[in-house]
Amino acid sequence: MLVAGVDVGSVATKVVIIKNDTFYYRAAPTGWSPREAGAKVFKELLSDLGYVEEQVDFVVGTGYGRVSLGFANKAVTEITCHARGAAYLVPGGSMVIDIGGQDSKAIKIDNQGQVLDFAMNDKCAAGTGRFLQVIAATLGNEVSELSELAAGKSPLALNSMCAVFAESEVIGLLASGHDKGEIVAGLHQSIARRIASMVGRLGSSGRVTFTGGVARNESLRRCLEDVLGMEVIVPEMCQMAGALGAALIAQGYCSQRNIL
Amino acid sequence: MRPATLDSFKEIREQNIMTLKQKKEEGTKVAGIYCGFCPRELVLAAGAIPVGLCGTRDEPIPAAEKDLPRNLCPLIKSSYGFAVTNTCPYFHFSDLIIGETTCDGKKKMFEIMQKIKPVHVMHLPQVPDRPSSLTLWYDEIAGLKRAIEEQFQVEITDEAIREAIHITNEEARALKELFELNVEKPALMTGTELLMTSFQVSFNADRRQGIAMVDNLVAEVREMARKGYHVGDENTPRVLVTGTPIGMGSEKVISLVEECGGLVVAMQNCSGYTPTELHIDELDSRDPIMLLAEKYIGIPCSVMSPNPGRRKTLERMISKFKIDGVIDLTWQACHTFNVESYFIEDLVKGQLGLPFLHLETDYSDSDRETLRVRVEAFLEMI
Repeated sequence: MLVAGVDVGSVATKVVIIKNDTFYYRAAPTGWSPREAGAKVFKELLSDLGYVEEQVDFVVGTGYGRVSLGFANKAVTEITCHARGAAYLVPGGSMVIDIGGQDSKAIKIDNQGQVLDFAMNDKCAAGTGRFLQVIAATLGNEVSELSELAAGKSPLALNSMCAVFAESEVIGLLASGHDKGEIVAGLHQSIARRIASMVGRLGSSGRVTFTGGVARNESLRRCLEDVLGMEVIVPEMCQMAGALGAALIAQGYCSQRNIL
Repeated sequence: MRPATLDSFKEIREQNIMTLKQKKEEGTKVAGIYCGFCPRELVLAAGAIPVGLCGTRDEPIPAAEKDLPRNLCPLIKSSYGFAVTNTCPYFHFSDLIIGETTCDGKKKMFEIMQKIKPVHVMHLPQVPDRPSSLTLWYDEIAGLKRAIEEQFQVEITDEAIREAIHITNEEARALKELFELNVEKPALMTGTELLMTSFQVSFNADRRQGIAMVDNLVAEVREMARKGYHVGDENTPRVLVTGTPIGMGSEKVISLVEECGGLVVAMQNCSGYTPTELHIDELDSRDPIMLLAEKYIGIPCSVMSPNPGRRKTLERMISKFKIDGVIDLTWQACHTFNVESYFIEDLVKGQLGLPFLHLETDYSDSDRETLRVRVEAFLEMI
């Protein structure tokens, strides 16, 4: 059985292929065309493995570009896919926090990775990867450097959560001589508080699985642990959780089809 | 094959406008109404025509924002926008506008609307079951009667009110039978079809014709069902939509549910099933104004505090319509429905253990895709 999950996010496109219970994955920037990015990464990974599209039994598409993927057999939302992927990567978790490029979400799950409830922020860029990108650019840093900058720094209180206002607030703070690391630590704290209010609404205790590209930020992970008072685990394949979930769902459809 | 009668509803808007124009030329008065709290029986008893007014589309909102704040409910902005741009034919033909204080935004908007047309505003009590509320509401209905009599230069007799009560009961009965087609599983009507038909018929100038149209549709669908007709199947998620009212032009949440493979089988809001449960006993010989007061104070609108009626109605509907999940829709800046969602969530999720989704949006299409993710994920939970 050869199945695939294709997660076309606003920033990155991720593909997971499962062949006989072995996982293969690949990620690349989405760029301006979600349809092309999805097809490109999918085909690249296939050809690396020495397969052609026709050999794939089932493809599930997810992410905001899921509807534009002509080759997918089924589209499933990133909420359901992230839940499934996260439950596989970290067994025993009861809550998934996913911070992606343009939205953040908290998903309460059962031990099978089924969604019990979810809360989502996507009205504005605040508390998302995009928000961190804007701030990093203002500070003259890469997003990947934010974690180290904030490490061990005491967070500065920030008022603005809107990406536009936060940018000018950060500029103001820099101008008045504040430490970059303290500013970044402050940003992490305000993101963590925002996420915590979503988690609080869903009402959960136990272990949290943190996924999405932003989960690579170790300082933010620690900050989330402090604010939530819960253990926050980042799986190694954190960015691939959605695509992995999609591939696992594809596997389910495929075996269902074979039984029928 | 879809029921053929459905198409007749699409054409009635044009016909209605022509009928209304003709009646106006013959000297018949028209009263424009916005809300389910308006006792339309009094308008009918005055020999006038009650018509629903436009307020469910996005188009006139920019014009409204010249006079109204941007951060206001789209229903208020749309209603005012249609009026101020003179693009609602029903508003255009209305001799009197009847409004109610269902929220602060509407109340203050009606003050501004006065400059365009005569507006009579009925002041609602905000506690449903206090004796003083009924006294106040009785006075407000008696006040509306006087206002209509004065404005239209007629006398409204008790006999005429009783006749109007009968026809209004009939109208509710017909609509109730329409909505209850979906008690069947699999369902017999899509939410989009239910909305279109009930919405279109609300603009009807001729009550009896409207009732006959709904009755014909129900009869046709029942007949088709006997031969195996249904929409969706046994496994289609059956969604109930509750919250703020929906009309054509603001149906995006209903369309999204149905585009994503679910079915809105029932609507618990003032544009849906809820008002069809209001009924006056025609054998009750008490003062008809009191009968109207008792009827309309029973509307479980979120303006009432507390509003346990909505939860009771909802619970009954969830079981009657075999509901799999509930979406609570709040128009942006509608504080009463937005806050009340707390209790709805507690009932649906906490007590009944069903998937629940609260959506806050406006009439625009700008958030359609972000809403789609939520709606799809909600359906995937079912």
